[in-house]
Amino acid sequence: MNLLVVTLIVLGLIFFFGGVVGLLRFPDFYTRMHAAGKADTLSTILILGGFIVYNFAEGGDAASWNVLVKIAFIALFIMLTSPTSTHALMQAGFESGIEPEIDDDESESTQEKKGRDS
Amino acid sequence: MEQFFIIAGFLLLLLMLPVFYCVFRGPTAIDRIVGINVIGTKTTVLLIFIGTIFQRGDHGHSQVHMFVDFALAYALLNFIGSLVASRYIHKVRIRKSDEACTEKVGEDPHA
Repeated sequence: MNLLVVTLIVLGLIFFFGGVVGLLRFPDFYTRMHAAGKADTLSTILILGGFIVYNFAEGGDAASWNVLVKIAFIALFIMLTSPTSTHALMQAGFESGIEPEIDDDESESTQEKKGRDS
Repeated sequence: MEQFFIIAGFLLLLLMLPVFYCVFRGPTAIDRIVGINVIGTKTTVLLIFIGTIFQRGDHGHSQVHMFVDFALAYALLNFIGSLVASRYIHKVRIRKSDEACTEKVGEDPHA
């Protein structure tokens, strides 16, 4: 049971690391938001799942179940609200006119390469 | 097990520092709000880490209930905060564009 807890929490940390790297390295507002929204939600749910398993293995008394249900409720709440807030921020950014960075030269050159290949 | 929780919580805290740099750097205001949103979500998780580390505190009192309640309240406040911030920026931008439109309309008869 402890192994499962360690695996879930370490996986959550790895996903959060990926999200942070994406947040730092991506060139564009929309791609940064993509990294932040997805990795953040998934890592939070994985770590909270680790704590749920830990509390399930620890106790059996009513206090432990109380904590377990509360952590599960937090995980459910974050699963609902994090994509919602990401969507709202994305819409605000889109309507305030932030342009996505599209590299036209690269797409043209790849199309040319495809044309040459075929 | 407790040492693992301490190390994992410390790693989570260390991983939050680059997000702070992203908030500091972010070219637009919404980039900063995204960074704050990520930090808030991770603070919710960090509070549960702290509660689990302090689970067997002094005199056998369990403190994890208190910290789980903190985390729940923090998740609610974080969600409401990010929604309000996004709506506010949205409205400010719309008002600015409206003013620009009315100025253009007002200038037209003179021209």
